Amino acid sequence: MPNLKTKVPFRGTKEQEKELVDFIRSMGDDKGAVMPILQKAQEIYGYLPEEVQIIIAEMTGVPLSEIYGIASFYAQFTLNPKGKYQISVCLGTACYVKGAGDILDKICEMVGCEAGSITDDGLFSIDATRCIGACGLAPVLTINENVYGRLDIAQAEHIIKGYLDKAKEN
Amino acid sequence: MSTVKVKVNGVEVECPANATVLEAARLAGIEIPTLCYMKEINAIGACRICVTEVSGARGLVAACVYPVAEGMEINTNSQKAYNARKMTLELILSNHRRDCLTCDRNQNCELQKLAKDYNIKDVRFGHPEELKPQIEDSMIHLIRDNSKCILCRRCVAVCKEMQGIGVIGPNDRGFETHISCAFDRNLEETACVSCGQCITVCPTGALTERDCTDKVWNALADKSKFVVVGTAPSVRVTLGECFDMPVGTNVQGKMVAALRRLGFDKVFDVDVTADLTILEEGTEFLERLNSGENLPLITSCSPGWVKFCEHYYPEFIPNLSSCKSPQQMFGAMMKTYYAEKMGIDPKDIFVVSIMPCTAKKFERFRDYQEAVPGLRDVDAAITTRELARMIATAGISFKDLPDEDFDPAFGISSGAGVIFGATGGVMEAALRTVTEIVTGQELKKLEFTEVRGTEGIKEAQYDLGGRLVRVAVASGLSNARALLERVKSGEAQYDMIEIMACPGGCVNGGGQPIQPQSVRNFVDLRAKRAAAIYDADKEMKLRKSHENPVIKEIYDTYLEKPGSHKAHKILHTKYQARSKYPGVAVAE
Repeated sequence: MPNLKTKVPFRGTKEQEKELVDFIRSMGDDKGAVMPILQKAQEIYGYLPEEVQIIIAEMTGVPLSEIYGIASFYAQFTLNPKGKYQISVCLGTACYVKGAGDILDKICEMVGCEAGSITDDGLFSIDATRCIGACGLAPVLTINENVYGRLDIAQAEHIIKGYLDKAKEN
Repeated sequence: MSTVKVKVNGVEVECPANATVLEAARLAGIEIPTLCYMKEINAIGACRICVTEVSGARGLVAACVYPVAEGMEINTNSQKAYNARKMTLELILSNHRRDCLTCDRNQNCELQKLAKDYNIKDVRFGHPEELKPQIEDSMIHLIRDNSKCILCRRCVAVCKEMQGIGVIGPNDRGFETHISCAFDRNLEETACVSCGQCITVCPTGALTERDCTDKVWNALADKSKFVVVGTAPSVRVTLGECFDMPVGTNVQGKMVAALRRLGFDKVFDVDVTADLTILEEGTEFLERLNSGENLPLITSCSPGWVKFCEHYYPEFIPNLSSCKSPQQMFGAMMKTYYAEKMGIDPKDIFVVSIMPCTAKKFERFRDYQEAVPGLRDVDAAITTRELARMIATAGISFKDLPDEDFDPAFGISSGAGVIFGATGGVMEAALRTVTEIVTGQELKKLEFTEVRGTEGIKEAQYDLGGRLVRVAVASGLSNARALLERVKSGEAQYDMIEIMACPGGCVNGGGQPIQPQSVRNFVDLRAKRAAAIYDADKEMKLRKSHENPVIKEIYDTYLEKPGSHKAHKILHTKYQARSKYPGVAVAE
């Protein structure tokens, strides 16, 4: 899955930066510390934007290209923050054979961003997830804490439209 | 050194105990193919083209990294190894855009050679017709086409390990893996210094210089232009390689003859303005030595180094010599002094420089490089490789050319000028002149051997008429970084430092002839080419910049004296601090 660059402006706080800087300092000169630092940074910021990766590069002396190479290699890292409405479409085997791929395409089209990324306004993010263990409900999607199962395209469309309308009202 | 005995294809050879299978095979006269391997720089065993059968190992091993052991039996050409290599080659070729006929590297491509050697008649996999060019041409000096990239990571290794820059790396994973900058930014949005070392190590045509030969052909065809060409010191000892001559052959005479046959109005030597640089920089050094300000003086001939300094060590900008590089001094003198002397409107003079360097393409466009306002000092900067291409296009039989001399106006130079082409050369040239100026006595021995050689960092101390002068020379930017860190911390103190971006200096520049890695792994190009440079110096009657009659005439009739107001206007420049992350709006 391409790890798409975010279009959302960076809104990191001084407190977040201090927490990250303190953590990197605590690692000392350990050259192998990039992985735990990236994990910590993602825990603090929720994602790994360029601004954060530059802090890590400058403090560790590891070139930014290498930090980014690691961040874009591992699926555990994301370069995008999560939206206010976090849509996850399960692409596990059961969901996939029951048409989750088409549902994902439809949702991307409706919301206006690709899987793995976030809309320009930061309201919606879409993830294609692996099996979430609800195969009995296949195909299934979640939006924040809400689970929607046994969907067809029309139902998914209806659900997403509800959220789009809700987002518009706010 | 302890040795072990191994058998290569049944033949016993003795090799160092720490040798790799690749090295042992070479001792037995067998060249195992490699793609990703670069001795001491990129030993990652990633491409698998060197897989070989050895006794005691379960499967095939990567010969480039697998160590030998006493009694090991190596079978380099077993059916198993051959089939594995052929399959790997086919897989690499399956998503390599094979436009060999129109590729820059046609007939000088390591992948093409392997495909031929392994008798690949058909690539069974992939959809080559779907491969489209993936051009990244944001930089002045370089074009990247990832559709020809085989992910060997040699460019990544030289950028990070050798140059200490690391602006490129592999992004994403699996089929998506590609070499690019962080966040897939364009190179111009990074602190790339344009050294071009990545180009010289690319096994295929994925990285090439931006070709400017059309611009030169057009100028040559334009009757209204007076086209002058100047050749950098190191080009004469490398150009021959493009015509199958041995590494380290000095082809100065043939090069001049070829340029004349290409139709240049005047064929000049940038060595002359290297001499001029010494006069200006030497004067600047003595001024700083007297005032104690902005020491150490750091040389500014290498545009890759200058850009590195601006991005990574802006605190050293005041230490940089304000002298333009010899290329820029050459252009500046052509459009001022020479234009006036010849009665030609500088607008009609088209200055071409032949350089060992890709950063020279960038330098040409820097600010404060216009001795005549509105006119670039240099109009086209082409590499040794581009010149070779022009010579081939013109059908000139290079090896059969007679030896000719440069045109005299800017054709008489000293040995000090020619050694600019090797690391330590600028320092030595400066020391020859500065010592004689300070002591007022003729030097008994002109060789400053302490600053010669291919080591990354060299240090020496000289007595300059009672004053001890501490000098250092670094080539390769990771060495430059190490040296500057020591200066910064106060651990080391110098009065003058020479820095060249490329390891070994200009003889190993990013614009020099491309030698396959199989040669680079076992032949020290830097040393062989530098030897030709020092031989040239040794054979010259004139070996000190300040004794060059052309330079004397320039000062007598035009510039008054080194460091004069007029000299400053024409021959000196300014620098600017640059961000380490130019593409990021707010960086640290």
